[in-house]
Amino acid sequence: MEKHQLVCIVCPMGCHLEVTKENDEYNVTGNKCPRGKAYGMKELTNPTRVVTTTVKIKGGLLNRLSVKTKEAIPKEKMFECMKFIDSIEVKAPVSVGDIIVKDLLGTGVDLVAARSM
Amino acid sequence: MKYDIVVVGGGPAGLAAAIEAKKNGVDNILVIERDRELGGILQQCIHNGFGLHVFKEELTGPEYAEKFITELKNMGIEYKLDTMVLEIGEERVIHAINTVDGFMRIKAGAIILSMGCRERTRGAISIPGSRPAGVFTAGTAQRFVNMEGYMVGKRVVILGSGDIGLIMARRMTLEGAKVLAVAELMPFSGGLTRNIVQCLEDYHIPLYLSHTLMEIKGKDRVEGVVIAEVDKNRKPIPGTEKHYDCDTLLLSVGLIPENEISKNAGIALDPVTSGPIVNESMETSIEGVFACGNVVHVHDLVDFVTAESKRAGKNAAKYIKKEIKADAKTAKTKPGEGIRYIVPHMVRPENVDGTLDLFMRVDNVYKDMNMVVKIDGKEIKRMKKKHLAPGEMESVKIKKEDLGFKEDAVITVQLEKEGA
Ligand SMILES: Cc1cc2nc3c(=O)[nH]c(=O)nc-3n(C[C@H](O)[C@H](O)[C@H](O)COP(=O)(O)OP(=O)(O)OC[C@H]3O[C@@H](n4cnc5c(N)ncnc54)[C@H](O)[C@@H]3O)c2cc1C
Ligand code: SF4
Repeated sequence: MEKHQLVCIVCPMGCHLEVTKENDEYNVTGNKCPRGKAYGMKELTNPTRVVTTTVKIKGGLLNRLSVKTKEAIPKEKMFECMKFIDSIEVKAPVSVGDIIVKDLLGTGVDLVAARSM
Repeated sequence: MKYDIVVVGGGPAGLAAAIEAKKNGVDNILVIERDRELGGILQQCIHNGFGLHVFKEELTGPEYAEKFITELKNMGIEYKLDTMVLEIGEERVIHAINTVDGFMRIKAGAIILSMGCRERTRGAISIPGSRPAGVFTAGTAQRFVNMEGYMVGKRVVILGSGDIGLIMARRMTLEGAKVLAVAELMPFSGGLTRNIVQCLEDYHIPLYLSHTLMEIKGKDRVEGVVIAEVDKNRKPIPGTEKHYDCDTLLLSVGLIPENEISKNAGIALDPVTSGPIVNESMETSIEGVFACGNVVHVHDLVDFVTAESKRAGKNAAKYIKKEIKADAKTAKTKPGEGIRYIVPHMVRPENVDGTLDLFMRVDNVYKDMNMVVKIDGKEIKRMKKKHLAPGEMESVKIKKEDLGFKEDAVITVQLEKEGA
C-alpha cells in the first residue's frame, strides 16, 4: 500500500490529507469536503494549476491587465504558457471574463480577463 | 458636507460595509478612498483563492473587488477617489483633502473606519547595513509587477514567510526570476499551509525556518545577502551562514493595521492587534465610529473581511436608526491559554443578531487540541482542532441563547490538550 501526505490547496482551509493507493484504488482521508478528495486523487495522477498572471494593456488605467486560465491547466505546461502569454498585448476597454486567448496552447482552456479596464 | 455614514477606505472592507449599510436602509453614504480606484489591496492580488466562502467560487483579487465595486455603483452609493482622510475631529467631523474639492469638512452621522493595513518595512525590523536599491516589501513588489508592469529583480531572496512573500515567490518564479530561498525567523511559517505547498514546494524553493538575515551586500544595488540559523532565543548561530548572490531582497515580515487616524481621534487600541478595541457591533471606543477589516486586525482571508464588514455596515445603519442599545449589559472577551487575541473585545448580547462570531489567532503551532469557550468559567462550547497555526485565523460561533450572563462577565477562549 502506498501512502502520501498532502495538503489540500483547493481552499484556504488547507486540510491535511492522507492519500493511500491500494490496487489502483485511491482512498483519501482528512478532507473536510468532497473537493479535497478529488484534489488528492488528481494530484497523484495529473496535477493541474490555475495560472494567474498579467498581459500588457494599452490605453487602460494601468500598464498590466490581470488574467487567468479559466480552468486549471497541467502543471508541466505552466512555464510554456507563461512564455506565450508574455507576447500578448491587448487594448482597453476590456471587461472581466473576456476571452484573451482561446484554447491556450492546446490545453483546451481559455485565458480570460480577471478585471475590467 | 453632511452624510449619514462616511466610510474611510474603499477596499473590500469599506465596500462591503457601505453596501450593507445601504441594504439596511441608510441612503446617504459616502466612501472616501485615497487611491485612484476602489478595491484596495485586492487590485494587486491577482492570484486566485478569493471568495470561496462568499461566492462559492474561486476568484482572483481584482475579480472579487470588481463584484463589490459593481454592486456599490449599481446601488448609487457615492464615492470620492484620490481623496485622503487626514483627521477625524470632535463630533464625527472628517477632514479630507483632494485636488478637486480641496480641503473638506464632512459631518457624519456614523463613521466606518476601513483603512486596511500596511506592511512592516526594513526600518520596522531594523536590518543593519547600507541602503542599496533592490530591497522591497513584498507588497510593493507585487504592485510593481502586477499593476505597473515593472519587474523588480532576477535573483531573489525573500525574508519572512507571510502569505504575501510566499505568493510573490511564485509570482517572481513564473515571471522568470530565480527565487533562491525564503528565510523565516520563527520555527513555523506565518503563511497559510496551502501557500507553502503551491508557492514554494511546487517550484522547489527552499524554506529555511528559524533563519534570519545577517547582511545585505552591495552599495548601489543589492549584490548578495547572508542568512543564518537562529537558536531558541532567536540569536544567530555562528558557522551556519549561507551566502546568496542576488539582486533583490523582498521583505514579507508582517502587516500593521493603519491606525494613525484612529489614534489621533482618541480611539482605544488593542496593543496585541494594533487595531481598535471593538464590541459585537464593530463599534470602537468612540460612539458611532465603527471599524472593520484589516484596520481592526490582520485577516488572512478577504472572505472574513467581508463578513466582518457587513456586520459593521449593518450596525452603523442600526446606529443611525437608533436601534443599538448602548447601555446593555456587557461582557469582556479574554484570550486564554494558547490564544493571542480575540475580536471583538466586548460583547453586549442584546445587540447580537443570531450568533456571535469570535475571531482569534493562536500563539504557536498546535496539533490535536480542543478549543474551549467559557463564560465566567462555565464551558459553553468545545471544538476539536486537528491543526492550529498562528498564520491561520480561527473563529468560533456562539448562539445568542448561549450568551446568557450577568453584567461584567468574562468570555474566555482557550486551548486544551485533547483528552486532558
Ligand atoms: C500587500 C498585501 C497583500 C495581501 N494579499 C492578500 C491575499 O492574497 N489574499 C487575502 O485574502 N488577503 C490578502 N491581504 C490581506 C488583505 O489586505 C485583505 O484580504 C483585504 O484586502 C483587507 O481589506 P481592507 O479593506 O481591510 O483593506 P485594504 O484592502 O488595504 O483597503 C484599505 C483601503 O483604505 C484606503 N485608505 C487607507 N487610509 C486612507 C485614508 N486616510 N483616506 C482614504 N483612504 C484610505 C487604502 O488606500 C485602501 O484602498 C493582503 C494584504 C496586503 C497588505
Ligand atoms: S478538503 Fe475541502 S475544506 Fe479542506 S482544504 Fe480541501 S477544499 Fe478546503
